[in-house]
Amino acid sequence: MNIPLDAATTARASFTAKYQTHLPGGHHWSMRMPRGSALKLTAREANANVGLVMYNPLDLLERLNLPDTLKGQHTFRLTEGHCLYSDMGRIFASIIQDDLGWHDSASGNLMEQHFAAKGWHKKAYQQAFNDFTPSGHDSLLIEMAKYGLSERDLCANLNLFSRVRADEDANLHYVADHCAAGDSVTLRFEMDTLVMLHTCPHPLDPAEEYPLRGVDMTFGTATPMDEHDACYLSRPENARAYANNQLYHLAG
Amino acid sequence: MCTSTLEHPHAHTPATTDDAPLSYADPAQQPRELERTVEAGDHFIGLVRAGQHLRITDLHGNQAADTLFFSADDTAERYSAMDTVREQGKVYLTTGTVLYSTRGRALLTITGDTCGRHDTLGGACSSESNTVRYDLEKRHMHSCRDNWMLAIARYPKYDLTKRDIGHNINFFMNVPVTADGGLSFEDGLSAPGKYVEMVAERDVYVLLSNCPQLNNPCNGYDPTPVAIRISDSPLS
Ligand SMILES: [Zn+2]
Repeated sequence: MNIPLDAATTARASFTAKYQTHLPGGHHWSMRMPRGSALKLTAREANANVGLVMYNPLDLLERLNLPDTLKGQHTFRLTEGHCLYSDMGRIFASIIQDDLGWHDSASGNLMEQHFAAKGWHKKAYQQAFNDFTPSGHDSLLIEMAKYGLSERDLCANLNLFSRVRADEDANLHYVADHCAAGDSVTLRFEMDTLVMLHTCPHPLDPAEEYPLRGVDMTFGTATPMDEHDACYLSRPENARAYANNQLYHLAG
Repeated sequence: MCTSTLEHPHAHTPATTDDAPLSYADPAQQPRELERTVEAGDHFIGLVRAGQHLRITDLHGNQAADTLFFSADDTAERYSAMDTVREQGKVYLTTGTVLYSTRGRALLTITGDTCGRHDTLGGACSSESNTVRYDLEKRHMHSCRDNWMLAIARYPKYDLTKRDIGHNINFFMNVPVTADGGLSFEDGLSAPGKYVEMVAERDVYVLLSNCPQLNNPCNGYDPTPVAIRISDSPLS
């Protein structure tokens, strides 16, 4: 762990579940999550992957910024205690619970051109109906278009549930069997956030055929953050980013 | 536009040989051969035609050149850090690295590199991220994103807005990733005169901010000039 958490002074946040639904593998979805809400994602099958981007619904130019998220917290892997920064020095969401210990922030999306190289048989809707096999890239473009966003607005995405490590020589390795069925991660939203996600496979997934692996989604209300909060205390950078959120919310 | 309060003692470098503009308002008017000095806190925007060579030289060492590339045919297609890192299976960029676009196509290939390692994970500095990384009161200090914002505002013919500003390359920066998932910012491997050279696989716009960062010890709190050269013939 590179997060200096002191168990005596930090507290894991909790949330009250209000609604649950399921997103099957190879599908996409979006939702405006209000400040103070929470979203728990639970892998229904082993080796799930969720591609995720975030935008400010009131200013769609403000987006998830993974470079700022990584360098602000001196980490290449995201897990409990970390925050997800926007490009405006604010926190969209904090990771208040995580069974996996590592979520990939460097590999981007599955794209059309990967299918042939992987030997995956691309299934069209006419062949497989809703078990067809879209790319993660196209899936995000579909959700983005619903809000007037296009390719120009696509930012670097997170891959929740997936782990890609770098060795001594900085070569990347996809870690198979990182995610077990039932593993979960919970995001708490620190400002109103437009979340777009897909359940298409990770671009480095070595499966022999396109895997359809879904997630359960639980929506709820988070307990209010206080000064003992683990995400607030994990890094001095996070405390400053929360201060920027506080300034943003002064306007109501 | 450089608001740096630090006066650096380095002599002006001779890369600019006349009083030609640093960047051209219309990319079509840019001469094929071009050599310029970009001072810390300044930006360069220009066209590199397919087959041409682009060399960026760290004139005084330990400087960072925060750079974005766009397909000149359609600027909605731009450099993608994620696609580049994933397709080459390696975190750092060096000789042989293909710089991929958001559509998974090659924009440029690195053909020469005397530095040995360049970062593409750490992103650019901005006044907003400076408040988080350093101090809330650092908001007023000059930043790479401010450089880019001024460039896209000043040069509308390049068809770029904030929507197009993505995840960039930091030439000459050293940001090691550890096996257990740490990320650190180390002193650069660069030194005076080290360069990176690449060949354009299609017509590309280059948007470069020579980093004015005064809060990061990487550059010894002394941001210095870089040189940029665009040429038909390879230099390395
Ligand atoms: Zn900078």
